[in-house]
Amino acid sequence: MKTAVVLLPGLNRDRDMIAALRTITGKKPVTVWQTETALPDVDLVVVPGGFSFGDYLRAGAIAARSPVMRAVADAAAKGVPVLGVCNGFQILCEAGLLPGALMRNAALRFVCREVKLEVVNARTRFSTAYEEGQIIRCPVAHHDGNYFADDATLKSLKDDGQIVFRYAEGTNPNGAIHDIAGIVNKAGNVLGMMPHPENLVEPEHGGTDGRGIFESLLGASTSVAA
Amino acid sequence: MIKARIIVTLKTGVLDPQGKAIESALGNLGIDGVGSVRQGKVFDVEIDGEDAAGAKTKLDAMCEQLLANTVIENYLVEIHHG
Repeated sequence: MKTAVVLLPGLNRDRDMIAALRTITGKKPVTVWQTETALPDVDLVVVPGGFSFGDYLRAGAIAARSPVMRAVADAAAKGVPVLGVCNGFQILCEAGLLPGALMRNAALRFVCREVKLEVVNARTRFSTAYEEGQIIRCPVAHHDGNYFADDATLKSLKDDGQIVFRYAEGTNPNGAIHDIAGIVNKAGNVLGMMPHPENLVEPEHGGTDGRGIFESLLGASTSVAA
Repeated sequence: MIKARIIVTLKTGVLDPQGKAIESALGNLGIDGVGSVRQGKVFDVEIDGEDAAGAKTKLDAMCEQLLANTVIENYLVEIHHG
């Protein structure tokens, strides 16, 4: 599986994402700088976490208008899988590739801890390695993870199985509506999530619960190739 | 030169934890009788030329495309001539 990682000024989780992708896919991801207008031919594009452009204006707002994000939108429209983690999720929402918005945490504090996630939909290409209803561990580290969408959007997210991960067991760290931690677009090829699966992929991380997202993609990519 | 002020506010019904925190700080200062506080943003923008209608179109476009996130925010454009 060939992967690309988008680089923007102010991101700080790109190295962790690159390391996780290299470990799991066995190949070093291609990195694409924010001024690039085209993406290489890959099986997955990742927008990693951090604080692109210092979170100026709104988290992800400036990054979402950068040239590379136009190329990401084009790839997404063609069906290429796109994963956005943390700031990457905020950027995908700001770019209109995912519905809703990520607001300041309800308690106004930066949260850096481990949460529990319920796998709500295990049929997306990002979640087939998990069981529906499975509870997994995952770290979070963010200040603006409070997911919000209007009632009509929430209804369509639920009806169309677009809610992939929900904070479980009372661990919602940010006040996100309906405990939403990660969603896919209607076509099912763009996933955004606040927690950091790339930080729980090796036993040395203290667990491997985050591997499933990458292994689901790897499985899908292998079966397409075969 | 056309000078404009853009005011971006959270939509009604969208929780504003920062406004709530300010409310409680006002209470701590002994300023009572405050019904509620909602926090917003103000942008002062200068547009070249004197074409007010053209400027309004540009200002609306910048609000829709960048300055406001219309999922959660409303915006108001006020135009003041030079």
